[in-house]
Amino acid sequence: MADENGKVAVQTGLVFPGGSSLSEVERAVPSDEPPPWPLNAELSVVGKPFPRLDGPLKVTGAATYTADVRLPGMLHARVIRSPHPHARVKNIDVTAAERHPAARAVHVLEHMRGGAKLRDPKQETPSKFPIVRYVGQPIAAIAAATPADAEEVMRLVKVDYEVLPFVVDLEEARKPDAPRVFPGATEQPATAGGGGAVPNVPQQGNVRGPTKTGPLGPPRGDVEKGFEEAEITVENTFRTAVQTHSALETHGVVADWKPEVLTVYASTQGTSTVRDELAEVFGLPKGKIRVVTEFMGGGFGSKFGIGNFGVLAVHLSKKASAPVRLMLDRKEEHVNGGNRPSSVQRLRVGAKKDGSLTAIHLTSWGTGGTATGAGAGNVAKNMYACPNILIEESDVFTNAGPAAAFRAPGHPQGAFALEQVIDELAEKLGMDPLALRDKIDIDEDLGGRNVDSAARRMERKIGSQKFDWARRKPAGSDRGPVKRGLGVAQSIWYRFIDLDASCEVRLLRDGTVEVLSAVQDIGTGIRTALAQVVAEELGLQPKDITVRVGDTAFPAGVPSGGSRTTGSITPAARNAAHEVRRRFLADVAASMGARPEALSLKGGKVLLGDDGGRGIPFRSAAAKLKTEQITASRSRAHDYGGFAPGRPGMNMGIGGFGGVQFAEVTVDTETGIIKVERVVAVHDCGRPINPLALESQINGGILQGISYALYENRVLDRRAGVQLNPNFEQYKVLGAREVPAIEVLLLEEYQGRSSTDAGGIGEPATVPTAAALANAVYNATGVRMTELPMTPARVLTALAAARKGAQ
Amino acid sequence: MNRFAWVTPSTIEEAVGALEPGALVKAGGIDLMDLLKEGLIAPQRLVNLRAVEGLDRIEEKDEGLHVGPLVTLARLAANPIVQGRYRALADAAGHAATPQIRNVATVGGNLLQRPRCWYFRSEAFVCKKKGGGRCYAHGGENAYHAIMNNKTCAAVHPSATATALLALGAKLRIAGPTDAREVPLETFFVAPEVDVMRENALGAGEIITEIVIPYPPSEAGSAYLKQGEKESFDWPLAEVAVLLERDGNRCKRAIIVLGAAGPVPVRARTAEAALADKVIDDATARAAAKAAVQGATPLEQNAYKVTIFEAIVRRTILAARGNTA
Repeated sequence: MADENGKVAVQTGLVFPGGSSLSEVERAVPSDEPPPWPLNAELSVVGKPFPRLDGPLKVTGAATYTADVRLPGMLHARVIRSPHPHARVKNIDVTAAERHPAARAVHVLEHMRGGAKLRDPKQETPSKFPIVRYVGQPIAAIAAATPADAEEVMRLVKVDYEVLPFVVDLEEARKPDAPRVFPGATEQPATAGGGGAVPNVPQQGNVRGPTKTGPLGPPRGDVEKGFEEAEITVENTFRTAVQTHSALETHGVVADWKPEVLTVYASTQGTSTVRDELAEVFGLPKGKIRVVTEFMGGGFGSKFGIGNFGVLAVHLSKKASAPVRLMLDRKEEHVNGGNRPSSVQRLRVGAKKDGSLTAIHLTSWGTGGTATGAGAGNVAKNMYACPNILIEESDVFTNAGPAAAFRAPGHPQGAFALEQVIDELAEKLGMDPLALRDKIDIDEDLGGRNVDSAARRMERKIGSQKFDWARRKPAGSDRGPVKRGLGVAQSIWYRFIDLDASCEVRLLRDGTVEVLSAVQDIGTGIRTALAQVVAEELGLQPKDITVRVGDTAFPAGVPSGGSRTTGSITPAARNAAHEVRRRFLADVAASMGARPEALSLKGGKVLLGDDGGRGIPFRSAAAKLKTEQITASRSRAHDYGGFAPGRPGMNMGIGGFGGVQFAEVTVDTETGIIKVERVVAVHDCGRPINPLALESQINGGILQGISYALYENRVLDRRAGVQLNPNFEQYKVLGAREVPAIEVLLLEEYQGRSSTDAGGIGEPATVPTAAALANAVYNATGVRMTELPMTPARVLTALAAARKGAQ
Repeated sequence: MNRFAWVTPSTIEEAVGALEPGALVKAGGIDLMDLLKEGLIAPQRLVNLRAVEGLDRIEEKDEGLHVGPLVTLARLAANPIVQGRYRALADAAGHAATPQIRNVATVGGNLLQRPRCWYFRSEAFVCKKKGGGRCYAHGGENAYHAIMNNKTCAAVHPSATATALLALGAKLRIAGPTDAREVPLETFFVAPEVDVMRENALGAGEIITEIVIPYPPSEAGSAYLKQGEKESFDWPLAEVAVLLERDGNRCKRAIIVLGAAGPVPVRARTAEAALADKVIDDATARAAAKAAVQGATPLEQNAYKVTIFEAIVRRTILAARGNTA
């Protein structure tokens, strides 16, 4: 069994455009797992670019997203939301709503899910209804026959509020006499829907923190001593704005309560996490719940749980004995769909004259509204070698919608600060930014700390050649009003692995091959990756494989967060396919007059030895199966060689993923407009399964990063606590004309850690973009932008301040 | 959204007749849908103009260019005559909104759309424009608001084509319950100090039937430039339309209009005067641009718009010089 490991020689190292650096290591591979694959160059399907299998369905509109689900007798729901940022609900009168002829069910929310909770609920005057802490907080929901009816019925629910003092501005909220979002200290327990906060953290007013021990470990060394040793110190303060996830598909469900089974069609990144949370909320056994996500229109971290809207929809379905559709509209999505917290980061870095770092001290605070999660310190903690690191992070509560995990939580913020300070340091030292990074980006054995610098060293080298970094001029040296600049920044991410990742592979007598898993394809292309992995094992093409995912009726699937999907689920698929292959060959060997070991599967055929391509077509061989089907279900094993130590409750692999992005911008100094002309992105994420899908995800990460850097900003009115831009008109997301020329270079990074050795790219692809842009803007203008988004207003203000300072 | 009746007249007379109190006109329906969805209007009846004959023509005849109010922004932008002698209008229409919206939105609707001020557009704020007592942009979030004439109401006028049409000296033909009338665009817009609840002088029961743009003089050229934070789907931080009439190198007459600067489009008369009789070059354009933003009264968060306007006015003057026939 799995614990009887055999030592196997595996090639590890890098394959990059134009070369490779590989060495052989020994890994203990469980006896029931297939032997490690050779390099991608020797595989026929894996590592080759394939257009996504469901592409035609998506572009023709045939794909069924949650919003497209229509069930017989389905009702339409609307949510009643608070117009006040802080209030006590005195009374809810639903009689008029219930009397409306089209009304089918009304449900008042009893408990708020998500966000922080009072450590001691008695600190707040008891109330029959949850306290309102932000504009848009859900209060109740109704279901009616049509969307128009639902809107009429919704308006008939009368809620009496006792309005309380509120605060939405970050700096105001930090003041000791600011209105309290929570009247006492808070905790944020982890739920299926999202990660919790470090417990027992001190809280003063709205400020929870500082915490000095993040999920990646305690402080290191002694920063005071480190700064004493420093020969040069760089310090700056950086600010980033609240960004909403703005997935094209909003949150939503179709809930269908039946006595025998509850079926919920959900736009989610975790069919299993939604099922688990439903089981908890409704006291149902998991076996009586089915969650389905056939196609999904983006989540970026905000869609793991059932959410208050989902709880409401299930209650309405139960009460009305009918399916209920509840999709948030764009306004609800902005105010209540989650967000990336803002940050203020005071970052100080000390170094020796040779560039080696002696101390990093980051003090940060930010607001995720009524939720925690504003920490931004992981980049500063994990990117560069430094003996003395202190990170002090605080959450500041405000009366605004709760934050949710958002593509590399804390990391784009952290990189924006750290990578600019490293550039400042390079300038002060008279070093090229890449040369300084070559000096300080070195692996340290810190008990599994996720530094992964060998890949980044190569990425800097090949990226700088591709980008022609050598043409970079001194900062601000362009003469005309439109100035050109080049910048670079680095990415860091981790190997998160979920062992709840299983696949079943079936081979039917007519040659059909199916792969089934509860894992959902959130738009990243895991469907196609699974088909490739199974096809590789069976000597077929991806199109020959039927992939059925996004249904908890299938074997357990990993939730898609932490960039862990591909690394977790593809080994399960390969393991299952390998077992099917073994039994298939055993079945057909006799009829071919051969021993199973002499057979192989290649090019859609069962081959006997080196018979030069003769053999039986796969389908004809399948017809010889002794039973109608062969099926095998397998799961993800532990990483070969084990996970990084010292992280209970979290399976983090040894080594990480990362990348380096180079950006070229122009800055119009008369209008303050920044235009991104070109991005060269070099990334690593283990063994690439589908380079085309990887490239797409990297493109997306860069575009979301540019959008974050230049445009996105949730604007709240300070006097009313209302979001002023809950739409795509005033909440600005980059569009087609803001897309630069993007060139992606992929490294193949072999670590020999699983049967596919694959990793994820979603998060690392967006971490460095804003930082690279800011460094390029500095190179263009000689003026450092310390606040996101870098709007014309901020650029012009910074340029004017610099001119004034120069006089 | 409330329930309403839907009427589709086939003549102007029928359309005007259908405009009883509580009724609203629908052309492209773009702004109308936004207003309905946010609950800012609740019409009892919508009068759909799409079936009325002859409202979607572009013709050059008689006094100049005749544009029907139902001509879409996309058609206006793509029309070779408009692109030639009325370049500012083509560029204004072609840079508004998105390709999808331009395929549906009409020039009449573009002229008459309500402001995009986020306080006006949110049902959470009953501002002066909605009969309330205050302008929430004052002391509020006003980075995108007016930098001129902003004491009463700080919303900026949203119409790109208004900016260009004003520079081109357009007039409007209007039908209504009484006699048809003709109004120079110059006097069509209503400042908030006159009536804050409206942006123009279109009366109850009236519809625009034609936009007439006079032939530009010989040796004239026009230009329109828009500066948004983004190029795709964004409202302008600054937009400028310029009509230049030249006598050789000299500027005989200039009309300079600033959009997104005030509650109604702003004629920059000081700048126009600064250019008159001057050789049009970088220095005179620069001086005119400076004059254009003199006296601006920016709010707490939008002084940067003054800087941008100064750059865009200068660039538009030079572009208009380049576009001269």
